[in-house]
Amino acid sequence: MVTAVDDLAQKIGVRPGMAIVKAQALFSDLVLMDADPREDAQALERLALWALRLSPVVAADPPDGLVIDTTGADHLHGGEANMIETVTRRLSETGITAVPTLADTWGAAHALARFGRSVSPITPPGETAQVLLDLPVASLRLSPALVDSLRGLGFERISDLASQPRAPLTLRFGPELGRRLDQAFGREREPIKAAVEAKTIRVERVFAEPIGAPETIRRYALKLIVQLCDALEVAGLGVRTADLLCQRVDNRVESVRIGTARPLRDVKQLTRLLGDKLDTVDPGFGIEVMSLAATLTEPLGARQLHSSLIGPDTPDVGSLVDILANRLGENTIERPCPAASDLPERSVQWISPMSAVKTPWAHDWKRPTRLLPRPEAIEVLALLPDSPPRTFKWRGIRRRVMQADGPERVFGEWWKRDPELESIRDYYYLVDETGKRYWVFRMGDGEFDATGDQSWYMHGLFA
Amino acid sequence: MEQKENLINVKRPHASERCKPVPAPSRSTLTDLRARIRRLETVDGRERTYLPFGIREIDQRLPGGGLALGSLHEVAGGGSGAIDGAAAAGFCAGIAARTGGQVLWCLTRLDLFPPGIAQAGLPPERLIRVRVDDEKSVLLAFEEGLRHGSLTAVVAEVAKLDMTTSRRLQLAAESTGTLALALRRWRRETEAGDFGQPTAARTKWRVSEVMPEALSVPGVARARWALELLRVQGANCADFIVDACDEQGFIALPSVLADRTAAPDVGIWGARA
Repeated sequence: MVTAVDDLAQKIGVRPGMAIVKAQALFSDLVLMDADPREDAQALERLALWALRLSPVVAADPPDGLVIDTTGADHLHGGEANMIETVTRRLSETGITAVPTLADTWGAAHALARFGRSVSPITPPGETAQVLLDLPVASLRLSPALVDSLRGLGFERISDLASQPRAPLTLRFGPELGRRLDQAFGREREPIKAAVEAKTIRVERVFAEPIGAPETIRRYALKLIVQLCDALEVAGLGVRTADLLCQRVDNRVESVRIGTARPLRDVKQLTRLLGDKLDTVDPGFGIEVMSLAATLTEPLGARQLHSSLIGPDTPDVGSLVDILANRLGENTIERPCPAASDLPERSVQWISPMSAVKTPWAHDWKRPTRLLPRPEAIEVLALLPDSPPRTFKWRGIRRRVMQADGPERVFGEWWKRDPELESIRDYYYLVDETGKRYWVFRMGDGEFDATGDQSWYMHGLFA
Repeated sequence: MEQKENLINVKRPHASERCKPVPAPSRSTLTDLRARIRRLETVDGRERTYLPFGIREIDQRLPGGGLALGSLHEVAGGGSGAIDGAAAAGFCAGIAARTGGQVLWCLTRLDLFPPGIAQAGLPPERLIRVRVDDEKSVLLAFEEGLRHGSLTAVVAEVAKLDMTTSRRLQLAAESTGTLALALRRWRRETEAGDFGQPTAARTKWRVSEVMPEALSVPGVARARWALELLRVQGANCADFIVDACDEQGFIALPSVLADRTAAPDVGIWGARA
């Protein structure tokens, strides 16, 4: 069965509720996708979290709606009309077609959004009842069976129902109908169960007297870390990023952020990481509130510690990585990782030191210990097409080649860039008369100009 | 004052005793005393461990029979190697590889090439690079790495290294037993004179490439280094000619030198080796 259609399908005549065979009969190349109600519901929850920027009371209204209580929040977005326009635009930018309506009650807004054909999305306060009377009974959030039996009895519009005496209706259809009617007309309260974001674990300390001495700050930071670790242990989480916020008496906030390479819940290590950065906190006239929040967390189970009986107590490299990354910057500490490329500058990737390294480089060719960041042009005397150079001039000094090996031919990677389609580099291993060892290459194969301009470059130095 | 005079009088041997020959201390006593002095020199009184090169001619010239772990050693390149540090990097990688654990390499430049380092025995899964913008941060990372204790060796490429800094690094290395290798590398060849300044390093090495003998076929022979031991605490300087590191990080004596007759000078530590 068809559950949802896009604009194009609607033009052909496919409607939700249609059998798939019928839809395919309308258009043979129809693109079908399996419905995933669970994922839809989750996406709607995520959208509700996004909408929290509009108002603190937001909830998903499954299967396809969002309900936002904007009472007292619209002026923050420049009035009701402005707010609705902004939301619609933002949603359409992300590819969501939204029908906004603003009414006195949840029930009315729900009905108007789906069945209302009014020009303005905003129903002025007090006019809701008027607008509602014209809508079909299906708009009342009733079960489909109930809507069918109501239709069967000739109730088409809400106005038909509203004018009926309530007691026989309740007797015939149950309390649901009366409740929905009252909710739509605002005679009965309907609380909105607001969506809440996953809470960040956060500990706070408020001081009676502002603190300012570095050692006092350090002491209370330690106390906060102990509290945070306790809270994290209960939740079974470890810190990836933690923020220490110090609110000063002059209403400025000093912040310190620490990051870790893997989830961490160790008081000693966290103290070390935070302690390295505490000097950057300027207490000014004093700090009133200190709070420590685990902004980014990951699950971390309990782990057995090494005792001196089991094995030697050697610290983990990860804690050193954290210390250095926090003091020197996140991208300064890396591990080389072999990459599948014959071009020397592409054969090494620098990855996070905590990630595993794949198989090492497979080649038996000797590689230099130093690779120049960019190849330097050299003047070379060499026999074409593929003899190694006899002499070359690099950095102003002419050197005679005593021993040489090569060429090692490296082809351009045509799948990366078009100019590399035919390009070739011929690498040579050279030893000059002082015994220094060089890695030089020629652009091109020494025969065809399409493979390169036959110029020579110095690329590395061997040990 | 009087007491001091007394003390000296007591110490001074009597005129009749002075003529008697003093019994030579036995070898075991000397070894014992030397070990005690070595223990006194360290921070926590632990016995040092040493990383031998596996070449008798070099190891017997070094006190303890190898490079002392938990101390600072300096390596520099000779000639233009003082700027590029290519051979010095190979030498350091070989030593660091033989320590068997994770190695931290701190530097400011971008030219370290891990495939070449892997061919000197240090595979990528044991190498961590710290690349920072200034030398101060290099020294900071160097010291942190030494103090941490999870690494077996730390290599840092630095140009300036004074007595105070090197003493700090030496103490940091002693506290965990991590091998500290300062790869001295300068921007200009004229600055390399800095290598003569005294530091707290246990040993100072200079590695320069030399020409290996010509092969009978076209090709490139295994690299050969002139290894100068410029300074070593408690022993004499020496020069060696060695073949560059193999895939396990071992240097070797060139075959022409290894097969010659034994040199008469075996070094002062040779007697005990």
